[in-house]
Amino acid sequence: MSQPFRLNKEGLINRNKKISFTFNGKKLFGYEGDTIASALIANGIHLVGRSFKYHRPRGFFGAGVEEPNAKLQVEFNGHSEPNVNATEMELVEGLSVTSQNCWPSVNFDVGAINNFLKMFFPAGFYYKTFMWPKSFWYKIYEPFIRKAAGLGVASIEKDKERYEHKFEYCDLLVTGSGPSGLASAYAAAKNGAKVILAEDKPRFGGTLLTDDVSIDNLSGKDWAEKIITELKSMPNVTVKNRSQVFGYYDHNMLVMFERVSDHLEKKSKFTPRQRLWYIRAKETILSTGSIERPIVFGNNDTPGIFLSAAAKEYMKVFGVLVGKKPLIFTNNDSAYETALEFKKNNVEPIILDTREEHSSELIDEAKSKGIDIRFSHGVIVANGYKKVKSAKIGKLNKDKNSFEKIETIECDCICVSGFWTPSVHLASQSGNKLKYEEKIDAFIPDKKKQHETSVGAANGSFTLEESLKNGFENGSNLSVKITETKTEITIPNVNEKKYGAHDKFWCMPLPKNENPKRFVDFQNDVSVSDIEIALREGYRSIEHVKRYTTLGMATDQGRTSNLNGLQLVSNIENKIVPEVGHTTFRPPFTPITIGTIVGREVGMEYMPTRKTPMHEWHEKNNAVFVDAGAWKRPRYYKQGNETLFEASKREAKNVRENVGICDVTTLGKIDIKGPDAAEFLNRVYTNAWMKLPVGKARYGLMLREDGIVMDDGTTTRISENHYHMTTTTAQAANVLSHLEYYLQIVWPELNVNVVSTTEQWAGAAIAGPKSRDMLSKLYTDLDVSNDALPFMGYKEAEFFGVPSRIFRISFSGELAYEINVKSDHGMFMWEKMMEVGKEFGNQPYGTEALSTLRIEMGHVAGPELDGRTIPSDVSLNGLVSKKKDFIGKNSLGREAFNVESRQKIVGLIPIDRKSSIPEGSHIVQDQNAKLPNPKLGHVSSSCWSVENNNPFSLAIMKDGKNMIGKKFFAVSPLKNKSIEVEVISSHYVDPEGKRVRS
Amino acid sequence: MLYIKCPYCGLRAQKEFSYGGDATVKRPNINEEVSSEDWDNFVYMRKSPRGKHIELWQHIAGCRQWIKVQRDTATHEIFQTAKVTEEIR
Ligand SMILES: [Zn+2]
Repeated sequence: MSQPFRLNKEGLINRNKKISFTFNGKKLFGYEGDTIASALIANGIHLVGRSFKYHRPRGFFGAGVEEPNAKLQVEFNGHSEPNVNATEMELVEGLSVTSQNCWPSVNFDVGAINNFLKMFFPAGFYYKTFMWPKSFWYKIYEPFIRKAAGLGVASIEKDKERYEHKFEYCDLLVTGSGPSGLASAYAAAKNGAKVILAEDKPRFGGTLLTDDVSIDNLSGKDWAEKIITELKSMPNVTVKNRSQVFGYYDHNMLVMFERVSDHLEKKSKFTPRQRLWYIRAKETILSTGSIERPIVFGNNDTPGIFLSAAAKEYMKVFGVLVGKKPLIFTNNDSAYETALEFKKNNVEPIILDTREEHSSELIDEAKSKGIDIRFSHGVIVANGYKKVKSAKIGKLNKDKNSFEKIETIECDCICVSGFWTPSVHLASQSGNKLKYEEKIDAFIPDKKKQHETSVGAANGSFTLEESLKNGFENGSNLSVKITETKTEITIPNVNEKKYGAHDKFWCMPLPKNENPKRFVDFQNDVSVSDIEIALREGYRSIEHVKRYTTLGMATDQGRTSNLNGLQLVSNIENKIVPEVGHTTFRPPFTPITIGTIVGREVGMEYMPTRKTPMHEWHEKNNAVFVDAGAWKRPRYYKQGNETLFEASKREAKNVRENVGICDVTTLGKIDIKGPDAAEFLNRVYTNAWMKLPVGKARYGLMLREDGIVMDDGTTTRISENHYHMTTTTAQAANVLSHLEYYLQIVWPELNVNVVSTTEQWAGAAIAGPKSRDMLSKLYTDLDVSNDALPFMGYKEAEFFGVPSRIFRISFSGELAYEINVKSDHGMFMWEKMMEVGKEFGNQPYGTEALSTLRIEMGHVAGPELDGRTIPSDVSLNGLVSKKKDFIGKNSLGREAFNVESRQKIVGLIPIDRKSSIPEGSHIVQDQNAKLPNPKLGHVSSSCWSVENNNPFSLAIMKDGKNMIGKKFFAVSPLKNKSIEVEVISSHYVDPEGKRVRS
Repeated sequence: MLYIKCPYCGLRAQKEFSYGGDATVKRPNINEEVSSEDWDNFVYMRKSPRGKHIELWQHIAGCRQWIKVQRDTATHEIFQTAKVTEEIR
């Protein structure tokens, strides 16, 4: 029950609410307001994982987003999530937390053998070792590396949580609620700007929560609370905690990841787990603060070694001691605040300061409190395998390349500070090139590329006074440009401790005859020697060094390692850091869940479902649907235990013998109006359109400018200047854009309007030898004889009282009609047709039967018009006018389009008249030929011919019709089939087209 | 995601638009003789400049108008947008 490292009163946690959780099966307790990390440390647990490459024991290093080690597997709300940052996830009742990248347990990990074999795992190890033999890669090396280098385990369960996307617009987005962020948001809000303030952590205030400062006689924490309370009360301000702005994209679009409910014990089923915000901001304040960087030394990855600011945060925010015998290792003043905080909690720290003895406000205070300070000292090696037990320390010589007076002192934690690195990731993502600031040995934003302004520590201003001033001024100036309202704000009085100069010191030299690993990048296990090897092997560009060593390429994006890596490279290369340059920052700044990226666009919500007005009828009558773009179309209507094959055969046969009806609502329909409509169609289609009379339809073929067939369909002249165009279901949207392009850009002089009417009309095809008989019963007052309504004729008539359009057109090759009524009447029409059609043996048919009917007729569709065929390839050259110009005409003369051996459409039947030919099969001369077996063509569409009762396919084949009568093999390695076929005409049934005209 | 100012509708997210290529390409006149070279240039040859590029976009989820956008292909900066009947610079 006891938490041995919990302080009695310090911290912002709720001590009235105890929370139980388990770690590697052991039941533990923490408090509401803890993170997983703070609760584990309170329980004295530091060893939580194993490192990526060497499986070395690892503990916590930071207290937030900078954490490189403590990535844990967490189970909650019935799902398991890998790689959860323990320093960020808040504790909730019943969490089950386990270590990852270790087997069989974190305490005894077989993979740790890598640590003892580390001489065999240098930089570039994977590249060098696993390159040869090539055949070993997939079967042996790759799975091995995967297993060895695995992080957490992704769940294979369906994610039951709800994720949301939100789009927001604002005048000013402030990213971070530290002093400069609060000041910016406040000033802009007072000027009336629409402000969004985003804070990554649960608590607002940033460093104000941990620094010993006062503002207008309030503590930093109280001042932050006062400002946040006021901001929350303002209607023009949105304040969001647990929200990380992780990406800065084009045109000032920022993306934010909000953790909405993982910290809640109970939530409604409509509460999303996480929310992704797309924020279009007029101006952005980047108040992302800075991250402390470590100093590199031997075995600096041992559990119990922390960043000094993290150690302070654990005390001040969580009331937790990271150790009771702390060693503080620093090159600057900020770690003295950590030391003073330990002292305040009756823990005696020892400070090792790499600087020579000198004085500053903080040093003097530490001295006056009796803290043991050793100047010109540093940690050489940390001792202890699973936890720091002691440290070998030494006095640095003047050149700082060597040390003397080596001694070992006991400690249970080492708090290290190598000064501060501004968090410039968002500025860099926005296109800002960054510049090196000598004074702080780090990069800060340079010239803006977008509307971003970095303030406070993110801009290299490390004092509170400067940060506040910076924030108030920028917040006010940026917002006044937008709102044109200025509210004067007095900048508050600040009381803070002045820091002395820091020491430009990065890395402790190695002791004589010892070679402990000195880690630069903890998460990817990159050490000083790895960087040395990369440089020795000739890698010069920092981008190459990064990729070869993997420095900074882990999910922490090198937050604690990038600058130390750069300094090392510049030291070895004898270059200054700006010459070495920095690597590129890319979104996301922190890992985000796939669920958040996907949002609600899953399952049925992935895209809109388009249903025809007759959809419900199809559903009730056992239709099995198929997706046609966003449309749901009946594929077949299942009767009893029928298979797809049996049902489609029955439906197709019934069309050939009696009559069937098919829902053709999904066909694209475009209304074309205007005095130049005929001229326009004449240019758009390959065939002639000037003489089409009113009341007649015509089949038309549309090309792209490169001569390739784009789409086909019938267009009907409804009246003098009014046409009704149909397109294939798949091309409907493209054809409309295509027409609009020509009307708006190429031929604006043509007086024509086009609009999609696909959704306005419900369509049903009536096909089969008995379709006229059926039609005459549907339109009892209308003369539907072949003379009155011939093939390609058109009539308007009332369909049981509702207006309708009758087109005598056919896709099935049978005598057929298509009836259109307004969508609202679609169901009425369909039900009437079913009722009236009974006596003629009418049955509905789906897309599968529809395909069968068109394939055996040799009618081309999508599989033949696949973006590679010209009209003559698919026997449609009869539709290509020689007299007039049209879109794509000039391309048809190209040499390659006119060679005799060009691929053309043919029909195929299997020699055995039984074996179905898989679509996509390749046609070859010799099925046993040596690979690569020359390909003569491919099978585009296959069906079971109901007319001839055997399989039939359409194919696009070299030399086309000249091959008729010859035998080949259709091979499908995918289906492991090889079928001997004979080439025949593509018009397998009714080649003269008598039926449609009958 | 780009923020494109449709000359008819105002600033809209890129999601609402579809891209239409180089806006400076001119189709040879219909019903007029054209050399193979000119035709090939029209159909196939496009410059791929780094920097300023005048291109067509269609506001498909809005007013359905094709528009001209002058954009920097490297930085995505948009300098100007116009109706297709208007000239850019
Ligand atoms: Zn528009």
